[in-house]
Amino acid sequence: MAMEVTQILLNAQAVDGAVRKQAEDNLKQFQEQNLPSFLFSLAGELANDEKPPESRRLAGLILKNALDSKEQHKKIEFVQRWLAMDQAYKAQIKALLLRTLSSPSPDARSTASQVVAKVAGIELPHKQWPELIGSLLSTVHQLPAPTRQATLETLGYICEEVSPDVVEQDHVNKILTAVVQGMNSSEENNDVRLAAIQALYNALGFAQANFSNDMERDYIMRIVCEATLSPELKIRRAAFECLVAISSTYYEKLAQYMQDIFTITAKAVREDEEPVALQAIEFWSSICDEEIDIIEEYGGEFSGDSDVPCFYFIKQALPFLVPMLLETLLKQEEDQDQDEGAWNIAMAGGTCLGLVARTVGDDIVPLVMPFIEENITKQDWRHREAATYAFGSILEGPSPEKLVPLVNMALSFMLNALTKDPNNHVKDTTAWTLGRMFEFLHGSTLDNPIINQGNCQQIITVLLQSMKDVPNVAEKACGALYFLAQGYEDAGSGSSPLTPFFQEIVQSLLTVTHREDTGESRLRTAAYEALNEVVRCSNDDTAPMVAQLVTVIMMELHQTLENQKVSSDDRQNELQGLLCGCLQVIIQKLGASEPTKHHLMQYADQIMGLFLRVFASRSATAHEEAMLAIGALAYATGTEFVKYMQEFYRYMEMGLQNFEDYQVCAITVGVVGDVCRALEEKVLPYCDGIMTQLLKDLSSNQLHRSVKPPIFSCFGDIALAIGENFEKYLLYAMPMLQSAAELSAHTNGADDDMIEYTNTLRNGILEAYSGIFQGFKGSPKTQLLMAYAPHVLQFLDSLYNEKDMDDVVTKTAIGVLGDLADTLGSAAGPLIQQSISSKDFLKECLSSDDPLIKESAEWAKLTLSRVL
Amino acid sequence: MAPHDLRRPFKRPLISDQERRRQQSLLRQAQNRLDAQHHARFLVSTAFSLSSSQTPEPETEPIHEPESHQNDELDVLEASKLKGAEARKWFAKQLMHPEWMIDIPENLTNDWFVLARPSGKRCFVVSSNGTTISRLRNGSILHRFPSKLPNGARTKDVNSGSSNSYSILDCIFHEQDQTYYVIDMVCWRGYSLYDCTSEFRFFWVNSKLAETGAFDPPSYYHKYSFSLVPVYGCDQSGLCSAYSAPVPYVKDGLLFYNKHAHYQAGITPLALVWKDENCSQYVMDTDSKGQVPNQQQVVLELQEDGKLTTCDDPPVVFGCLDGSFIQQSDLHSGYLLRFAIGEEGLVLVGGKLEKADLQYLGKANRARASADSFSKVMFQYSVRHSPLKLDDLLGSVSSPVDQESKACDIEMDG
Repeated sequence: MAMEVTQILLNAQAVDGAVRKQAEDNLKQFQEQNLPSFLFSLAGELANDEKPPESRRLAGLILKNALDSKEQHKKIEFVQRWLAMDQAYKAQIKALLLRTLSSPSPDARSTASQVVAKVAGIELPHKQWPELIGSLLSTVHQLPAPTRQATLETLGYICEEVSPDVVEQDHVNKILTAVVQGMNSSEENNDVRLAAIQALYNALGFAQANFSNDMERDYIMRIVCEATLSPELKIRRAAFECLVAISSTYYEKLAQYMQDIFTITAKAVREDEEPVALQAIEFWSSICDEEIDIIEEYGGEFSGDSDVPCFYFIKQALPFLVPMLLETLLKQEEDQDQDEGAWNIAMAGGTCLGLVARTVGDDIVPLVMPFIEENITKQDWRHREAATYAFGSILEGPSPEKLVPLVNMALSFMLNALTKDPNNHVKDTTAWTLGRMFEFLHGSTLDNPIINQGNCQQIITVLLQSMKDVPNVAEKACGALYFLAQGYEDAGSGSSPLTPFFQEIVQSLLTVTHREDTGESRLRTAAYEALNEVVRCSNDDTAPMVAQLVTVIMMELHQTLENQKVSSDDRQNELQGLLCGCLQVIIQKLGASEPTKHHLMQYADQIMGLFLRVFASRSATAHEEAMLAIGALAYATGTEFVKYMQEFYRYMEMGLQNFEDYQVCAITVGVVGDVCRALEEKVLPYCDGIMTQLLKDLSSNQLHRSVKPPIFSCFGDIALAIGENFEKYLLYAMPMLQSAAELSAHTNGADDDMIEYTNTLRNGILEAYSGIFQGFKGSPKTQLLMAYAPHVLQFLDSLYNEKDMDDVVTKTAIGVLGDLADTLGSAAGPLIQQSISSKDFLKECLSSDDPLIKESAEWAKLTLSRVL
Repeated sequence: MAPHDLRRPFKRPLISDQERRRQQSLLRQAQNRLDAQHHARFLVSTAFSLSSSQTPEPETEPIHEPESHQNDELDVLEASKLKGAEARKWFAKQLMHPEWMIDIPENLTNDWFVLARPSGKRCFVVSSNGTTISRLRNGSILHRFPSKLPNGARTKDVNSGSSNSYSILDCIFHEQDQTYYVIDMVCWRGYSLYDCTSEFRFFWVNSKLAETGAFDPPSYYHKYSFSLVPVYGCDQSGLCSAYSAPVPYVKDGLLFYNKHAHYQAGITPLALVWKDENCSQYVMDTDSKGQVPNQQQVVLELQEDGKLTTCDDPPVVFGCLDGSFIQQSDLHSGYLLRFAIGEEGLVLVGGKLEKADLQYLGKANRARASADSFSKVMFQYSVRHSPLKLDDLLGSVSSPVDQESKACDIEMDG
């Protein structure tokens, strides 16, 4: 048997497709027939040093994939399957895996350490395999270096796999001791040292208690800092990565080390090789992130009871930090702007400088201005670019009072540079800097506008001119135009300063979209984004021109659909997506007011026809955009949308079935809501199909969980549209809502993400209840809902008791109380009277500071006053 | 070891426009859902409460056009969109009218509020869609103006909530100081208050109106000022205050509201009006020249069968015209006719009208929307014969000492 497994595993990697297929079938068959013995054979293969490396590698891989999956539902299934397996088998498999950690083959050791961590990830949370950590650590000091390395790697993977609360403090202490010893400079084997540092990186989350102990913390910090000086690059980089992780996990414990850390990071930034220098800069960026968060959260006011105080590390380091970062700006790479994935020390330094500006505000300006003045006119393009980049980087953070005078001085220089500078790199950064000026210092909220009648025309002329420049410069010019338009969003109903240029701007952007040299760059996308923003921020003056744009974009879309008949490629699908997006923006713009809506409606049939054709393409992005645009069209069209339903319904159903591209599914669910509100009771003939699909979606464990809350809300939309006709779905929808409500009532022990998700789910459930109650109001069938009332009230009570609702849920929940009373009337009076929601919860909401909560509560009070 | 996430170079945009479109669609959908929910919450209930409190129209009504019946089913939002004659007809039927107090209700102290009624034009004030319109009791428009009521002016104020939302106040427009005195609230930001007790409605008026700035002095976006009328519990001190405490407006009698009564379109015995010479210039009805006629005059409606009735539901019959007289004078059923009450007066047996001495004067003024109510005729009659005096009212409410513990739990002095 064992012999056979080796051969099958080798065959499964054969070049000959038929052989491979046969082997894969054999493996599958074996797995299905007897999983425990299958896994045992694989573990045996992996552990056996006499087997060929290829079969061992595949054995390990299959083993690992049998324990974990990226897909949530499979993962859960695998966990259950392992837990249910016979203990004897599992014990033997685990013993084989641990033995493999001492194998002479590095590959086998590495694979085994990952598989051990996967098993631990399943068993430790269930209080199984308690002896694992102890047995890994018991002999770690005496082991030969390769095994020590494998053991440390295993510990690292385990820490990555399981959450801190399933490992007892005693074990954490032991792990950290072993890890820190492995990191010590006395460890001569670099592989072991590297494994130890990487393990520490994963174990940091476990070390709360140790970081609170001065002595232990000092020791860990000393070892990490020492490791940054190792002669081995990989070790230095890993050590800085640890420092970065420590800076975000233990920000409040860093004060006493900052002096030393500054010294070693500064040295690394100036002298070390790029991979290390990048991490050293990242340390400061990460400190900025922390301080920006803290300052945002507490609004700069710190009292004794603030959770995390701000230590103003950046402010203190400013005189040394800023010159260090400015130096990095001069280390640009040629052509970095053409490479999407480029990331180098100049970019990291500029990014960090931008974060520093956001952290300290005005204080950065005097430290950066001399650098700009000194370099902006220099001969070497690197100096001009660095100076421009520095200026662009500090435009967010300092106050407008500080920046506006500087921008007023710099603006015409920048406009000039954008047209005249001989270097593309400088022009690229100049256009970007102009965009940043418009983004942060232009708009109706600012007292002193940097753009006025005097320079508006020049700015537009220069930007439109730049759109003819090389693609990367043209792209940034489109970006600048985007923010220029955005600043006029609230210009009011009066004439926008852009109105006289509207036609010219639109024409230039359309020309850009037709450029042949856009290649792989983002230029075409940037041009459509700018066009969309120009449309969004346009005012009534230009509505006729926006209406003309409808026919232009329709023609373009028609053209791509025709081209598609000949050949289809990604660029074309992308273009269809962009065109649908553009139409969506136009539909929303023109649909927003009655006079302009008229312009749109004459094209509604044609537009809808094109959208339906887009569904023939296989691109998820294009589908998504077409779906969004159809939602907007349904909203603008109202009841008359019914004429498209016959044809559209098919694609709606397809969208609801699209589990794989869950974004498409989510958007389609939203569009179902749009259609319900547009058609009202006329949506009824389609409801059987829609409801069936939605219920299937909810029961599926393949569909991404983020789609489920909107599906519940959609129940509410449907019920509100079709009223008492929802009766026939109650039997299916209500139990679903009920069990989801029970699941979402408690969040105990969940992390922030889970709590946020749970609140979204609760809101969806409550919106469903709200729609259903309101839909039935006044119907003779309201008594059908009486049976569900106790559960709904219980749900509201438990939400109130749980005390972890967000404001949106609170508002919806108290509204549901009102809806229930409103629809069921005095028949529900006694039930309502028993609920806490009708008393304490309502009282709290009535005195809420949130006007929306208060409004809902007042309404609930009103309906309760009628029934009680 | 998980690779550390690379920081995104900030020369590249953080959020794609596609993501933005997606977010904006979600926002739009959420807003639309809220609007739909909001619409469902109050409108349907308003429609129901209105149709159930509607006075059924006689089957055949020559004055009314055929579509008038449909209008009964309109909810307030739809009604607020009505224009011209349609709107006039609808609003003419929505005001709550007090009966005249011909005897003192039991339990005046515990169950009633009292307030000094401002003299002026009774009207509904409707604010919606950026404008405010006041409509007189016959439904015609008094003013169209901007105000600080919710959605009452076209300003960029985003706090006024959904653009669908509207508010309806029951007011008296007081000419002398060009102020709308708010005596009741029917809808607020789209929430119907029809089904709420007057106790609740007064509480609401008090707490809500102040939030809007409606009491501010007139300005460009707020053409007329609004003001509250002090409301008192109906004990001795409350009655005295309402009767004699100084107010910035000219008084026209006292209004009594039953605390537990809902707002009801048409005439209701749960709101009452009472006057004497001290608190009103208009105790006795005057003729078109402003003179008090020697004989009491009444306006009655001619029915198909020649009966002369009041506007009450059910109508009270005061007499009957014979067919030949009707033909001679070219009268038709539905006409409003003016009569004088003759020497023999009104004969009442056990509170029911037995006989009335009516003398035909002619057709009523065209501006009249309806016949007199029974209580009005009776009040005018008693004013001329044995008026109900303030002392009678004071005598019926218990002394303040008894009431100490039950003191009005809401203080309605604005």
